[in-house]
Amino acid sequence: MVEWFKASLLELQEYLRMVGRAGRATVTRPFYYRDIIEQLDTIGVGSMTVVLLTGMFTGMVLALQSGITLDQFGARSMVGRLVSASMVKELGPVLTALMVAGRVGSGIAAELGSMVVTDQIAALRALGTDPIRKLVLPRILAGLIMVPFLTCISVAVGLLGAWVITMTQLQVASGVYWNSVVTGLYIQDVWMGLIKPFFLGFVIVSIGCHVGLRTSGGTQGVGRSTTNAVVASSVAVLVVNFLVTKALIFLMY
Amino acid sequence: MAVEREPRSALLEEALGPGGPIVVFDKVTLAFDEKVILNEISFTLKTGHTKVFLGASGAGKSTILRLILGLLKPDEGHIFVNGERVDNMTEDELMAVRGDLGMVFQEGALFDSLTVRENVGYKLAEQRVPYEQANARVEEVLGFVRLAEFIDRKPSELSGGQRRRVAIARAMAAKPRILLYDEPTTGLDPITAITIDEEIIKLRDLEAVSSIVVTHQLRDAFYVAEHMALREGRDGVRFERAPASKADEAEFIMLRDGRIAFEGNATDLRDVQKHDPYIEAFLS
Repeated sequence: MVEWFKASLLELQEYLRMVGRAGRATVTRPFYYRDIIEQLDTIGVGSMTVVLLTGMFTGMVLALQSGITLDQFGARSMVGRLVSASMVKELGPVLTALMVAGRVGSGIAAELGSMVVTDQIAALRALGTDPIRKLVLPRILAGLIMVPFLTCISVAVGLLGAWVITMTQLQVASGVYWNSVVTGLYIQDVWMGLIKPFFLGFVIVSIGCHVGLRTSGGTQGVGRSTTNAVVASSVAVLVVNFLVTKALIFLMY
Repeated sequence: MAVEREPRSALLEEALGPGGPIVVFDKVTLAFDEKVILNEISFTLKTGHTKVFLGASGAGKSTILRLILGLLKPDEGHIFVNGERVDNMTEDELMAVRGDLGMVFQEGALFDSLTVRENVGYKLAEQRVPYEQANARVEEVLGFVRLAEFIDRKPSELSGGQRRRVAIARAMAAKPRILLYDEPTTGLDPITAITIDEEIIKLRDLEAVSSIVVTHQLRDAFYVAEHMALREGRDGVRFERAPASKADEAEFIMLRDGRIAFEGNATDLRDVQKHDPYIEAFLS
C-alpha cells in the first residue's frame, strides 16, 4: 500500500513536471510550428469522423428517448429544449472528449511509447532537441485548440440529428423544434459548453504524453501504456468534467 | 560545408587539442534503487583517441555513454566533457554540450517517420544551417558511409547494417568532436560488422573524432583498436594494421560488478588474460 502510494505520488510529480516544462516551452524558443500544424491535423481533422458519428447518433437517440418521456406529460414539443441543454452542457463535451481519449490519447501514448523503447527519444535529446518542445507541446496545443472545435461540431451535428428524428419520428414541426432549442439555452450554458472542452482536451493529451514518455518494458510496455492512457484519460475526463462544472456553476449561475 | 561552432577560449582549445582530456570521469557512482551500476569509475579519454568498453550485459557500459550525454545523472562524482562539467547541468545547458557529441544507438534509433535525408540532416536543421549547405553535408556523409543512393528511403526500407551506417552518418553530420557508439555491431553478420568497424576507424583517423565504443563483440573491439585508415588517392581509403604506437591510442576498459576490472591497450589485455580467469573466460 505504501509502495503504491509512493509510486502514485512519483507519477503525479513527473506529470506536473512535464506540464510545467511544457508551460515554460510556450514562452521560450525554439518553437516547432510545423509540428503544431501536423498535430492540429492529426488530432483535429483525424478525429472528425468519429466525433461526427458520435454527435449525430447521440442527438438522435436523445430525441427518441426524451420524446417517450415527454409524451407522458404531453410535452413532446419541448424535445428541442431537453436535447439542446443536454448536448451543449454535458453530452457534447464529455462524449467528444471520451472519443478523443480513445482515439488520440491511445495514439499519442503508443507513438511516444514506441519512441521511448526504440531509443528515439534518447536520440532526440542526444541530437540537442528537447522532446517536451518537439513532441509534447505541439500535441497539448493541438488538443487545447481542436477539442473545443470538435465539441462545437459534435453539438451542432447532434442538434441536427435530433432535429431529423423530431420531425420524422416524433412529428414535431421544424420551427417548434428550433424555437425550443433556442429558448432552452441560457448564455451560461453556452459558455459552459465552450469552456469545458479546453480543460478536457488538455487532460487527454497531457496524460497521453505523460504515459507514453514513461513507457518501459519493450513492446509489452507500449501495449500497457496505450491501455493505461485510455483508462486514465477517460476517468480524468469524467472527474475534471465534474470539477469544472461545479466551478462554473459556482462562478456563473 | 563546415557547421559553425560556438567560439571557445584559446586556452581551452589548446587543452583540448590532440592528446588533451576530452572526456573525464572522476569517481562516478550510479545506482538504480539498490543495485549499484557504476562504483567510483574514473577514466580519461584523450582527444583523437578511442576507448573500448567491454563487459557482460548489465555491467554499465551503455550507462557510461548516457552519463556522458547527460541523459542520466550520476549519484556521485564528476563528469567533464569537452572542457565542461556536465553532471550538474540543466537540460537546457546540456543541449549546447550535446552539439559537440554524436551518438550511435543500439539498433540505430532512427526516426521512423523521417527519410534517411531528414534523419541525417536532423541536427543541421535544428542548428538552422541553410538548406543547401545542410543538404550538401548530408550527401557528403552518406557518401562517406557508402549509402548515397538510399537518401530518400525510409528507415524501414533499410537492412540492419544500413540502419547502423545511417545512424553513424547522422551522428557525424554536424561534425562532432566526440562520437559514442553503443553496441554498433551487435546482431550484424561478420562482413557487415567489419564495414561498421571501418567507418569507426575512418572517422577516428581521417576526421580526428575521439570515440568511445561500447561492445561485447571482441573481434570488432580488437579490429577497431589494431587497425588504422589511410587516405589513398583523392577519394580512396586503405585499412591496414596499426603500428604499436598508433594501437596504443586505443584503450580497453573492462567493467565488472560496477568497477573497472581492467584498463590498458590490446596487448596488455591479451597478457592479463593469462592471469585473470574472468578476463580469460570473457575473451575465450
